Amino acid sequence: MATRYTGLCIGVTGLNANDNPGPGIAVIRALKAGLGDDIRIVGFAYESLEPGIYMQGLVDKTYQLPYPTAGTGALLERLTYINNQEKLTAIIPNFDAELHNFIIIAPSLLKIGIRTFLPSLAQLQVRDKANLFEFGNKNGLPVPPHYKLFSAADLPHVTEELGFPLVIKGKFYDAYIAVNMDSALKAFKQLEAAWGYPVIAQKYIKGTEINVAALGSGNGSNLSIVPMRKLYITEKGKAWAGVTIEDNALVELADQFAKATQWRGAYELEIIRDAEDQLFIIEINPRFPAWIYLAAAAGQNQPAALIKMSMGENVTPFNSYETGKLFIRHSWDQVVDIAEFQKMSAFGEL
Amino acid sequence: MEKLPYERPYIKRLTPGAMNKFGSHSGAQPFKHIDGVQVTNLIAAYGSPLFVLSETQIRRNYRSAYRAFSTRYPKVQFAWSYKTNYLNAVCQIFHSEGSWAEVVSGFEYRKALGNGVAGNKIIFNGPSKSKEDLMLAIENDSLIHIDHLEELNLLITLSENLTDKPRVAIRVNMDTGIFPAWDRFGFNYENGEAWNALTKVVASGKLRLTGLHCHIGTYIQSTSAFGIAATKLADLALRCKTVLDQTIEYLDLGGGFPSMNTLKGAYLPGTDTLPSIDDFAEEICNKLINSDFAPNELPLLILESGRALIDDAGYLLGTVLANKRLADGKRATVVDFGVNILFTSFWYDHQISPAQDFSPHTENMAIYGPLCMNIDVIRENINLPLLNPGDHLVVHKVGAYNMTQWMQFITFRPAVVLIDERQNIHLIKAAETLDYIEENENVPGHLKAK
Amino acid sequence: MKIKKNIATSENGFVFNPATGDSFSGNAMASVILLAMKNGVNTAEIKADILKKYDVSVAQLDRDWEDWIIQLKEANLLELELNHGN
Repeated sequence: MATRYTGLCIGVTGLNANDNPGPGIAVIRALKAGLGDDIRIVGFAYESLEPGIYMQGLVDKTYQLPYPTAGTGALLERLTYINNQEKLTAIIPNFDAELHNFIIIAPSLLKIGIRTFLPSLAQLQVRDKANLFEFGNKNGLPVPPHYKLFSAADLPHVTEELGFPLVIKGKFYDAYIAVNMDSALKAFKQLEAAWGYPVIAQKYIKGTEINVAALGSGNGSNLSIVPMRKLYITEKGKAWAGVTIEDNALVELADQFAKATQWRGAYELEIIRDAEDQLFIIEINPRFPAWIYLAAAAGQNQPAALIKMSMGENVTPFNSYETGKLFIRHSWDQVVDIAEFQKMSAFGEL
Repeated sequence: MEKLPYERPYIKRLTPGAMNKFGSHSGAQPFKHIDGVQVTNLIAAYGSPLFVLSETQIRRNYRSAYRAFSTRYPKVQFAWSYKTNYLNAVCQIFHSEGSWAEVVSGFEYRKALGNGVAGNKIIFNGPSKSKEDLMLAIENDSLIHIDHLEELNLLITLSENLTDKPRVAIRVNMDTGIFPAWDRFGFNYENGEAWNALTKVVASGKLRLTGLHCHIGTYIQSTSAFGIAATKLADLALRCKTVLDQTIEYLDLGGGFPSMNTLKGAYLPGTDTLPSIDDFAEEICNKLINSDFAPNELPLLILESGRALIDDAGYLLGTVLANKRLADGKRATVVDFGVNILFTSFWYDHQISPAQDFSPHTENMAIYGPLCMNIDVIRENINLPLLNPGDHLVVHKVGAYNMTQWMQFITFRPAVVLIDERQNIHLIKAAETLDYIEENENVPGHLKAK
Repeated sequence: MKIKKNIATSENGFVFNPATGDSFSGNAMASVILLAMKNGVNTAEIKADILKKYDVSVAQLDRDWEDWIIQLKEANLLELELNHGN
């Protein structure tokens, strides 16, 4: 049965459903659940082995995008080409590293009919790892102390201040827990080589890991907030299983964040609750988390709501979700012919 | 029968890989013209490598920077930073637009005089000014920016018997929240050194305290650092007024604005991430206007921008000499320009474009210069189309520092041409010759070739 | 110079080495040469054919051929030619 969403064509990045998964596949599942199976999904990939490329039931067609390092000019050019083939309704970017560029070109995308629902550059920057501590202090949000590292020579006094263990984080991705000077140095060197400066050293907080997926309206409120407690954590620190929980303190934290930033679009709060029941925000991701389908399954379909917002619909804020909904991630061996990989690699389309 | 176009055979391994900071797209477009003049014609006429400067772009940069500040603040003066590019033709473009001269040595000072800049429009900065330099600057009523106590003491001695007091400013360094803080130049704000120096200037009775100067760093990527600098200088100026009864006539915020080059180690390109001159102007002017100066007593704002005004007006044209494969199978291209003339390749990932049409295949390669030195690397990694010996390349945004920091090493330094606003080409510095390089050499008689 | 027998090439310029699992994509010239090599045409004939049909000098082709062989070696696509030294 056709609905008002039939035939919408939505572009989604983050098809890397691997052991450090991007949110793309979860976003697509939620979109199909919320808007109907008859929408068209165009995947955007950076690598030819992102599993989502080969998931034909979920992704109708995939195009390769230029890396963020190529800049906004190359991205807009590529998306204009893709739009000429696909007539995109909207795009949901799901990588931290690509958001800067998508935010810059959002007005140009709108001119060719492609909608987005993204934070501003200033909003993106305040929650950046490098600025998070100052941001938290200014707005009364609990953030563990951190230092910015520009050289290995900064490590000794920083480790003295923060003590071991401490968390060493890359500018965009990756984090290591360093237990001594050697491991701190090793982590620093890896992260500076991969992501540049600054490298962040953050005080390690021991406790329960909780994530909150939320959707900011852009005028200081949230349209949806779903907290999830991680039950099983991979070596890379990713949730492999988690359960929706109810805790007003978490909801208040998200509301405080939305109020302080006027956040527009998806975000995720990474929170630790320590032994004294104190909450600490250790990171704020400016996009949907990879577990976002759980939020939809628990009653708050944030990706579908985001698309509706981008289309100018009036979306009523969600006010309830089911607690005790559990997700258990699993791996699945997709089998395709080498020719598909070759085509994607060489032509950047499949 | 017409022959088919040839391209050298090339296979590329299809590899899955983690997203890393080296992009796979070259984004390269052939870059065949500079201001309407064909690159191949320039190389044919003036040789390769060749520096090319665009007068149109220099003037455009100056005017937009001046507009950015003058529309936000009542009194603005730019001073051309000689060390960024002191080719006389370049300096004259800036002077004709209204720029004063900002020099950091006796050599640059005399160059400015030679360019016809009035003495009272020369700002004399830097940690090394000889007694003779200072005397000259005093005679010419230039603005002397004091860097350290030794210089201050020398100035006081030199001014002992003068009727007209020399005009001086103190260079102030400060914490503006950026790394590294340039605390090696001038007097520190936070620890009170700057205030002590100001007191000493006034107490001497021999010098006229005219301005305050700071220069917080280079390639500053945050506008807020300049906001902090403006606020601290303004505070200091107001304190001079209330405590020392000295009116500070100007605040010199120095330089440090970035050009749009991409720094090595940066993830996103400079063009997408760096603040514009307008952003800096907004921050600086706002802070000054909102400080406690009475509206009619706002000091003159001086800016010494160099890099931001000329980097993108300079191009380096060159030629591919050879191709090779390295031990790990990676391609390397050897070109005829090295790090000795492209000093900035040590800290930028310079954008490089082929100057002729090419096929869509690209290859990841290293670009090496012609020097017989392992450090001669122009780009460690760049994706470019397949290049053949004799092909021409254009390196972008090289106008700042390369034509002053270049080294005569192993070979001659190339010519520099200027394309004027009517697309006329002027040779503004000829390529070096053996005679020129050996001119000042002397071989003792017993060592002369028989 | 012989290319390994089991190498799979496609008209799109793809190469798959079933022995190693490696995939490659080549440009048009690479496809032409690979096809000829697979069909057992010897180097001299391939070069002569290219010189006849394509706009390239002997010197340039010889230079590029050396590089081509390095690429094939690097890609592990060449049949090892054992030389027993007698």
